[in-house]
Amino acid sequence: MTPTSRSNRGGRRREAGAGPTALGHLTICDLSGQLAGAGATRYLAAFGARVIRVEDPVRQGRWDIIRGVMPHVDERRGIELGGGFNNHNVEKLGVTINLRSERGKDLLRRLVEVSDVVTENFAAGVMARMGFSYEDLRSIREDIIYVSNSGFGHSGPYSTYKTFGPVVQAACGLTFGVGAPDAAPAGWGFSYMDHMGANLMVVALLAAVAHRNRTGEGQWVDMSCTEAGLGLTGPDLLDYTVNDRPLRRPGRPDSNHSDQPPMAPHGIYPTCEEDRWVAIACRDDRDWAAFAGVCGEPWVAEPGYTTVAGRLAGEADIDRYVAGWTSGRSRRAVAGALSAAGVPAAAVALPEDRIDHDADSDAWGLYPLAHHPEIGSVRVDGVPAHLSETDWHIERGAPLLGQHNREVFCELIGLGEDEFSALAREGVF
Amino acid sequence: MASTWGAYAGRLLAELGADVVVVEPPGGHFTRTYGPFAGDRAHPDRSLWWWFYNSSKRSVVLDLEGADGRDHFRQLVGAADIVLEGELPGRLADAGLDHADFAGSRPELIWTSVTSHGRASPRSSEPWTDLTMMAASGVAWMNGYDDHSLPPMRGRGYHALQIAGVHAAMATLTALAYRDVSGVGQHVDVSAFAAGNVTTEYGTVLHLVAGQTAQRQTGRHAAVQPTMEVQVRAADGRYVTTGFPPQEAKDFQVLLAWLDELGLRESCPEVFFLEIGIERGGINVARDFDDPEVVAIFAAVRTALVHVATHLPAVEFFEGAQQRDLQCGIVYSPEEAFENHHFVARGFQVPVAHEELGRVVRYPGAPFQMGASPWGIRRRPPLVGEHTAEVLGEWPEGPCITLPPHVRSGGG
Repeated sequence: MTPTSRSNRGGRRREAGAGPTALGHLTICDLSGQLAGAGATRYLAAFGARVIRVEDPVRQGRWDIIRGVMPHVDERRGIELGGGFNNHNVEKLGVTINLRSERGKDLLRRLVEVSDVVTENFAAGVMARMGFSYEDLRSIREDIIYVSNSGFGHSGPYSTYKTFGPVVQAACGLTFGVGAPDAAPAGWGFSYMDHMGANLMVVALLAAVAHRNRTGEGQWVDMSCTEAGLGLTGPDLLDYTVNDRPLRRPGRPDSNHSDQPPMAPHGIYPTCEEDRWVAIACRDDRDWAAFAGVCGEPWVAEPGYTTVAGRLAGEADIDRYVAGWTSGRSRRAVAGALSAAGVPAAAVALPEDRIDHDADSDAWGLYPLAHHPEIGSVRVDGVPAHLSETDWHIERGAPLLGQHNREVFCELIGLGEDEFSALAREGVF
Repeated sequence: MASTWGAYAGRLLAELGADVVVVEPPGGHFTRTYGPFAGDRAHPDRSLWWWFYNSSKRSVVLDLEGADGRDHFRQLVGAADIVLEGELPGRLADAGLDHADFAGSRPELIWTSVTSHGRASPRSSEPWTDLTMMAASGVAWMNGYDDHSLPPMRGRGYHALQIAGVHAAMATLTALAYRDVSGVGQHVDVSAFAAGNVTTEYGTVLHLVAGQTAQRQTGRHAAVQPTMEVQVRAADGRYVTTGFPPQEAKDFQVLLAWLDELGLRESCPEVFFLEIGIERGGINVARDFDDPEVVAIFAAVRTALVHVATHLPAVEFFEGAQQRDLQCGIVYSPEEAFENHHFVARGFQVPVAHEELGRVVRYPGAPFQMGASPWGIRRRPPLVGEHTAEVLGEWPEGPCITLPPHVRSGGG
C-alpha cells in the first residue's frame, strides 16, 4: 500500500472538526525542540491543544538540530525539509521571534499572557538569562505553568552540563543495562530518553494543569532527564539499596536473559535468515512443556530441564540448543508455532514488519498521513492510546518557519496591521 | 487493578498525589512472586519488583470470583474517579465488571485499559512478556552491537511495561483534563505494542520518510550506514562516550589546552588538524561533508577526544570535558548514578520507612520536581490486602469524584 492510499485512521474516531477535543482549551507557548521537548508538545497538539512553537528567525530555527536534517523524502534539501522535524512537530503552529531584541521579548511576553503553559528544553539557565525565569513568567501571568526539561535539572553540581539523548541515557544507568554479559555496553540505539523524557514531561504538565484546575495555582516543573531516566532502571536499583547488590558485577548486564522473574529459555535467537531473530520466553514449567512439544528435539527430554531451577542451571547449554533449533527455521515459523502453543514468542520486528505489514498497526491507525506544505504527504508516528470521546487527530505536518506569524500575532495576540508590519520590518519575526 | 501493563501508570498517579488503591486477588497479585526479594527471602511482601511499581498505593484484596468480591469491586468503582486495569480483554466483561457495566450510571468515570495490542485485538489475549513485546514492537531491533552475529538487545528494567505505563498515565491525565472542563469521562484504550512502535526515534522515521532500515551499532544510534564509534574504554576500564564531536574553533582550542595540560600533545598527531580547524574558524560538517579537510578535522577532533579519554579515569574525563563545555558522557551503572554527588545534591535518594522490616529503604526519587504540587512517595508499597477494611470502610457507596469548582457549579 502506498502512503497516499492510506486513510488517516488515527483520527477515525474523531475526524477534524467533528466533536470536541480533549485539550482544545489549552494554549502552549512552546520554546522546546528536538525530540525531548517537541515530543511532549506534539502529543498535546494531537489531542487538540493549541501549541505555538517559537523559533529563532535569525538562525532559521537551527537551535533545533533536527530541523532540515535527514531523512528526506527526495533529493531536495533545506531548513523546511527535515523528516524527523516534520514527524516531531505535527499539528503545531509555528511563529518566529527574535528574542535578542527588546521588541521580541515584548512580543513573547504578550504570547505568554495568552498561554496556559510555557515549555522549553534549553540548557539550564538559558531562559533566565533571556529574562524569562519562572518569576519573570509569573509576573506576566500569575497562574502560568512553566515546564523545563534539561539534562541534569536546574540545581546541583552537573546543572550546567550539556546533554543530548545518548549522554542522558549513559549518565543515568540506562545504557549500562543494555548488553551481553561482561561485554561493553550495547546501549540504546536511539534516544530512548528523548521519548521517555517527553512522555514524563507530558505527565508533569497535565498534573500541573489538574492542580491549577483545582487551586488556581500555577507552578514551575524542573525536570531533569537523567533523574527521569534513573527512575526507569527498575528493581535493579532496589536490589542495590536493599540487598547491596550492584548491577556492575560479573555476568551482567546480560539483558536478554531474565533474572527476575526467573525464566529459561529466555532470549533472542538466530534464524535461518541472515540477521533475522526471534524472541522466546518460557515463563514457567508449563511453557517449557509446550516448548518441548513444539521443538521435539531429543535434548528437550533431559530430565533436569523440567524445572526452572534445572533450566537455569543449564541455561548456557539450553541457549545453544535453542539457537540450533531456531537456526533451521524462519522467525515467523518459530514465533507462529510457539505462540499457537501458548508460549510467548515474537519475531524481532524490522521497521517494515511492524509499520507496513502488521494488522494491529493498521487497525490502530498507528501511522497517520500528515500533510506538510513543502515535504508533501508522509506518514508519521501516531499515539498509542485511543480515547473514546475525544481521540487524537494528526493531519497537519510540522509548521514552516514563521508560518503562523500572522494568525498568532494578529488574531490571537491582537497586533494591529500597522504594528505587525512595523515589527516585521524591524526583523522581530 | 494490579497488573503488569498498568502498574507503572498507577505508581505515577499515586506519586502525583492520587489516592491509588490497588486491587489484588486473594494471596496477592502474581507480580509479588517476581524478585529480587528483600534479603533474598521470597515472600509476597518482600518482592522488590512489587515495591518498585507499587509504592504510594494502598492494597485491597478482593475475590472477583465471588459475589462479595464483585460487590466490593462495584463499591470501589462507584466511588472512583479513575479505573486503571490491565486485564485480558473479556475477563471483566464476563464478570459484569467492565467499563460498559458502569458507564451508564457513571458518565464522568475515566476507565483506562492497558493491554498488549489494544482491547479490540485478538493478539491481546495471547501471552506477552517484556522481552517478546520489545521484539515485536520494534524496540529491540534498534539495540545491539556492531557485530551482527550477536543478537539485538532489550534493556534491563521492564521497559515495555514502562513505555506502556507512561502512555497510560499520559492518556489518563488527558482524559482528566477534558473531564475538568466538560464533566465527561471516557474509556481510554492503551496498546503496549503501539507504544513500543512509537518509541524508536529514527527507527520509524527513517522507514516512513525514506524507506530505509536502521542497523544496530555498539554504544551509539542505529544507522543506515555505519557511523564513527563514540564509546571509549577509559583508563580505569569504564566506558565514556565522546558524543557528537564539537565543531567550533573555541572548542578546538579548549581541547588543545586540555591535551597540553595532560602532557598529551606530543602523543596526539591529530593536533595538526585541530590547529587547521582553529585557523578555519571552526567547521560545519553537515554543510561541508564533501570537503576532505573538514572531514579530516572532524575525525581528528574525535580521535583527540578518544586520546584524552583513554588516558583518564572515566569520571575525570566526563567531568573534565563537561567543565570545558564539551558535550561528552559517561556510562554509569544505575547504582553509580544513584550515589553520584549530583543526584544526591538534588535529593534524588528518598528514604522510605519499611517499619514492617524495621529498616529504612532508599528509593529513586522524583522524575520531575514540581514547585506547587510536589511529586512524592506517599507511603511504602502495601502488604497484601493491608488496607482492605480501611478502604472499604472509607470509600463511600457512591461517587466522591473531585471535579473542579467551575464544573461542579455547571460552568466551564
